[in-house]
Parts: sequence; structure tokens; C-alpha cells
Amino acid sequence: MNIPDDLKYTREHEWCRLDGGRALVGITDHAQAQLGDIVYVELPDVGDPVKKGESFGVVESTKAVSELFAPLTGKVVEVNSPLSDAPETINEDPYGEGWMIRIELGDVKEVEQLLEGGAYKTFIEEEEG
Amino acid sequence: MPQRTPLHDVHVRAGARMVEFAGWDMPVQYAGILAEHEAVRTRAGLFDVSHMGEVVFRGPGALPALQRLFTNDLARCADGQAQYGCLCRETGGIIDDVVVYRRSAEDLLVCVNASNRAKDHDWLRAHAGDTSVENESEAWAQLALQGPRAQEIAQALTSLRLGSVGTYRFADAEVAGVRCLLARTGYTGEDGFELFCPSADGPRLWGALMEAGQAHGIAPCGLGARDSLRLEMAYRLYGSDMDDSTTPLEAGLAWVVKLDKGEFIGREALVKAKEAGLSRKLVGFTLTDPGIPRHGHAVLQDGKPVGTVTSGTRSPTLGISVGLAYVPPGLAGEGSTFAVDIRGRAAAAKVVKTPFHSKKK
Repeated sequence: MNIPDDLKYTREHEWCRLDGGRALVGITDHAQAQLGDIVYVELPDVGDPVKKGESFGVVESTKAVSELFAPLTGKVVEVNSPLSDAPETINEDPYGEGWMIRIELGDVKEVEQLLEGGAYKTFIEEEEG
Repeated sequence: MPQRTPLHDVHVRAGARMVEFAGWDMPVQYAGILAEHEAVRTRAGLFDVSHMGEVVFRGPGALPALQRLFTNDLARCADGQAQYGCLCRETGGIIDDVVVYRRSAEDLLVCVNASNRAKDHDWLRAHAGDTSVENESEAWAQLALQGPRAQEIAQALTSLRLGSVGTYRFADAEVAGVRCLLARTGYTGEDGFELFCPSADGPRLWGALMEAGQAHGIAPCGLGARDSLRLEMAYRLYGSDMDDSTTPLEAGLAWVVKLDKGEFIGREALVKAKEAGLSRKLVGFTLTDPGIPRHGHAVLQDGKPVGTVTSGTRSPTLGISVGLAYVPPGLAGEGSTFAVDIRGRAAAAKVVKTPFHSKKK
């Protein structure tokens, strides 16, 4: 299971790469593996507000629909639009080319509530029992 | 606890992802649904479908007894031939869609859906008079070998000349030393076979087919690919596309309802329904807007709900979103347009001819 140390995580299996007042967001390697082949993705538009813990889009595999939950509150300043034509990129490179949105943070303190890699790994292990 | 097929250990050891389906712990995928789907369309795939049930009618009254319970006409089915059709209630509602394998007029095997094993057996038994109706589901394992390479793979393991077994025909065969009922049937739209063998022999037969298929690029497949393959062919799935409240006429299965064959349960209601005209029809559609239709999404006309999506997916072969939906007859014609309510967004859809996918000859 690939859990890079330089990222932060949520219990909904999203990752964040923090960069000053901004954060790049995607879903984890574990999440993409659980979903299986991703065949469709629905992302917000640039300028849309997102709220921590609330849905900002969906990914769909052949069989199932899964909501994407915003790890932090803020405003969408960039969207990885090539994903709509190549959603399989999320499976192939979840932490790289498979990124989804970039957020301008509304409340930097929320970052403290995100999980470090080690804590996220423990969380997955507990979730899987 | 969910039930397990005789192949359960084989799936777990091979690393399949297991999910509960209709009360069964089944593989949903091995390597991935798209890869498995592609293997079946271009080479071969092997499915464990032992969760399907087998109910057997035996004795001198077997054929007439089953004729009274089945919408298709078994008088037009030869010994060694299989026939698809429905079991209906008096109301015309579908109890199940099944395949009958006619071994003789006194020995017919009914292959039923996993979720309906007990319901079907109870119904058939209660309405078959003194004819012997046995639920043999526990005794059988069932494997589906599907894909353009299926025949080559199976031929290496049997002395039966497979070329002599036509579509929807079957024969007794010994495959890799396992005695089977081998039928040229399936649920994928590809050439292939369904092999019924004693439960205990299931793992051995699976192993032999996988080994013989290795050189042909065979893939072990789960229920995920089974579903996307059947949906590209617009094959109906009981419990999704039809149930006790829908008739075969509404479900687009009039071709397996032989109203002229003589009395059968449900016939009267279906004759009346046909005369009165249908209030809804199951149609195939594609989305012309982005999105994927799913079971339960509403069909909208002028913003109002007028029908329901029963199945939907992204077609792996075609790369477009396809689905089945019940719509009013006025929207059922090819080229009709409506919208599908996808999480509050109205996505445009168009009725198309089915199957969505057709094999290049």
C-alpha cells in the first residue's frame, strides 16, 4: 500500500499536498484499489466553494458510485480537467497525474485535523479489521 | 453467513475480491472488471456461476407439467436443446427467468437465478401435481467458459466434438475427466459453454480449464464483468430489470412468451395485458450527456418523472454510457429522447436498438 510521508490524509481516503495557503487534493492509492477501474469522474468548477467533510464530486467505477469529500474548506482554484476524458489516470497515478482539485484554504487551522501517513495507515488497518 | 460455492476456496486463494451477492459470497473481480470484460470479448474468461440453481423435473408427466409453468414452448424444444423463458404468476408477473435444458420429455433441468432458488422450487413443486420436482442446486457446480477462444480451450480437454454442439444445444461430456452437462449457452453475448458438473468436481474442472486456457489468454472473471457483459447485450437481470411486479411483455420478453401454445400459468393475464396495451416498456438507451445511469435513477420527460432506470453502466467495449429503463410506450421508439435524473442533474438520453454491442461477423 502506497502512503507517501509528505502528504496529509482523511478518513474518507482523500490526500492533500499542502503548499502555503493552498492544497492539492486527490484520492489515495488504497481508495483507488478499493474502487476498481474508475470510468467516470465528476469534479466541481473553478471558483466553486468546498466545505470540509462535504461532497465535492463523485468517482464511478463500472459497478459503483462513490462521493468525494473535501478534506478542507476553501475555494476551488484549479481542476484537473483532463481526468474527465481519462479517469483511469486516477487508478494509474493517484498521487500524481490523478490529482483532482486545488483548493485555496479558507481556514488554515483545519489542517491540524488531517492525518499523517502513519496514522492513516493505522486507520486503514483498523477499518479492514 | 453468506453461502459459498464449491469454488469458494479457489477464488480466495487466487486473490479475488469477494462480495456478498444474493446471499452468496462471490468473486466480484480478479484482476479488474475492465480487463476481465476485455478478455471475454477478445479471448476467453472463466466464471464460477455455481450460485445459480438447478431444479429437475422427472417422470412421465415432466414435460406437460413444466409446459404449464413456463412461457416458452417446450414442444418446440428438441431433446438436447435448451430454451429461455419465464415462470409467471397468475397475474403475469415474472417469478424468474430461466433456461430449461430438455434432456428428454421425462427429464428436464431448469436453471434458475441464485436469488430465486427457494422461491422457484417452492412454486414449481406446488404447481407440478405429482410430477417429481427436485431442487438439485447443492449437487451441482456450474462454470461458464465464455469468449471467442472458448471452443479451442474446451476441445483440448474432451473427446466430444464441440463443433457438433450448436447454439443453445447441449450434450453429456467428459471434460478433463469430469462428467458434465456441456451446453453452448451463456450470458455474455460471446460464444462459449456452460458446464454443469458434480459439486465436488468443480475445483478440478476449474483448474483444468484455467490451465488449458493459459496459452489462449484466459482470465478468471467475477460478477462485475458478468454484469457489464450482459448489459452490453441488453440481457435482462432478474431483480434489477424485472421482478414479480413486471410482466415479460413489459420487460421486452414477448419473444419467449408463446400465447398460442396452450394453457400456462399467467397466460390469461398476459393475453389481457396485450389486448389492453402496455403502460410501460423496457428500452435500451445511451446517454448523450456526461454521466452514468444507475439502477433507480428516474426517467424524466419535461422535468417530470415518467419512468425508472433498471440497469446502467459505462460500456467497456463501446466507451459510452448505456442503460435499460422502463418508459411509457410513447417514449419507447428508437430515437425517442428523455432525460435521466443523475443526482439532481437532468442528463439527456436517447433510445437505441439493442443489443448495444454486436459482434463483428
